[in-house]
Amino acid sequence: MVQDLPYLRETASQTAGPYVHIGLAPGAAGFHTFETELGQALAPAGVAGPRVTIEGCVYDGLGAPVKDILIEVWQADPQGIYPHPEDPRFAQCTAGFRGWGRVISDFDSGQFCFETLRPGAVAGRAGRMQAPHLNLWLVSRGINIGLNTRMYFPEDQDAHATDPVLASIEQRARAATLIAVATGPDSYRFDIHLQGAAETVFIDI
Amino acid sequence: MKPAEFYMRDRSLQPPALHPGYKTSLPRSPRHALLTLQQTVSEITGPTFGHGDIDALDNDLTLNFAHGGLPVGERILLSGRVLDENNRPVPNTLVEIWQANASGRYRHKKDAYLGALDPNFGGCGRTLTDAEGRYVFRTIKPGPYPWLNYVNSWRPAHIHVSVFGTSFSQRLITQLYFEGDPLIPKCPIVQTIPDPDAIQQLIAALDLNSAVPMDCLAYKFDIVLRGRRSTLFENRLEGN
Ligand SMILES: [Fe+2]
Repeated sequence: MVQDLPYLRETASQTAGPYVHIGLAPGAAGFHTFETELGQALAPAGVAGPRVTIEGCVYDGLGAPVKDILIEVWQADPQGIYPHPEDPRFAQCTAGFRGWGRVISDFDSGQFCFETLRPGAVAGRAGRMQAPHLNLWLVSRGINIGLNTRMYFPEDQDAHATDPVLASIEQRARAATLIAVATGPDSYRFDIHLQGAAETVFIDI
Repeated sequence: MKPAEFYMRDRSLQPPALHPGYKTSLPRSPRHALLTLQQTVSEITGPTFGHGDIDALDNDLTLNFAHGGLPVGERILLSGRVLDENNRPVPNTLVEIWQANASGRYRHKKDAYLGALDPNFGGCGRTLTDAEGRYVFRTIKPGPYPWLNYVNSWRPAHIHVSVFGTSFSQRLITQLYFEGDPLIPKCPIVQTIPDPDAIQQLIAALDLNSAVPMDCLAYKFDIVLRGRRSTLFENRLEGN
């Protein structure tokens, strides 16, 4: 017999199901319980910094909008600092900025829209910089384990060329699935395709 | 300690994106392989929460939506610990739950099941783990409910659970089931999990020692999040 290792095993994921809003956004489910719902605003009023608006839609393999999607966003502030104690520059992070929010689609159209601060570039491994990006995590009915992806901004082309995630996508054409489209000054569209010819690149983080 | 990566997720314990027995996963599952990424500061950090985010009754579902009475059903305490794969507690992390009421009905504008709504039950709760990773909720045991996967599919009684950990790469949503429920092995959603022991790990155990006499029964449910390397060995994560 070989020796036993001391590790526990990660709890298995299960789908968030169609009623995820009850737990994570009860107002959208149609009732009020909590004093404060968490994650409703990525950049609450009064938080300083350049703002961007992002709209989009998540599509399934048949091209139909996923109307019950819930997306969590995790991002750095405009200086590229995460509001987390393990970011080396944590102490200088934008006051009042939590870097995290929940985005749900409209139940009828499937469209989502949110406002946030424009993130700065963040350090990668071994000194290599990463282009400004939002980290996204998608859950819904039919998604057995949350899907991770990133959204990049179209104007950062130079930084994209050396970004460790974008650069590691073997099928070059698929890198475009992670880059939002500008729709106006400081506004963007980012559609996510779970499957099909335009399938978004999902990341095993 | 220098920031270090989390252990690679053991996908043999996790449901694949596509599991034909769960029909909705067919159009909602990516077909390409996931992109492999060595973790950066984007993945080893994540949102943090504090006691200012929650209120005292948020973890008591028997009271947090009460409108002049108590909800109907089997009163239970649900408690356990949030641990990581290194068997270390995850303190001060947010745990959120949501569930159907004793009739199997969700308080959601999209749920039209015949089972009655309970005027005193909302169905969501949240809490922060303590220094030892412990959490506790008081709630009602949910009822099973039908869903149109196959024409006569029924979900076992379950509570949806959302946990954060300390990093975005530990983020987890799962469902807990109850010891002895004959619907568990028949459920297409449970069966998306390929590993029988991983399914067992989702079944909360009746814990009579934690029951409150003349008040409520108790179930124990520990949650394990991804663990983390203790040392950085070459291939530096940080820039300088
Ligand atoms: Fe459910």
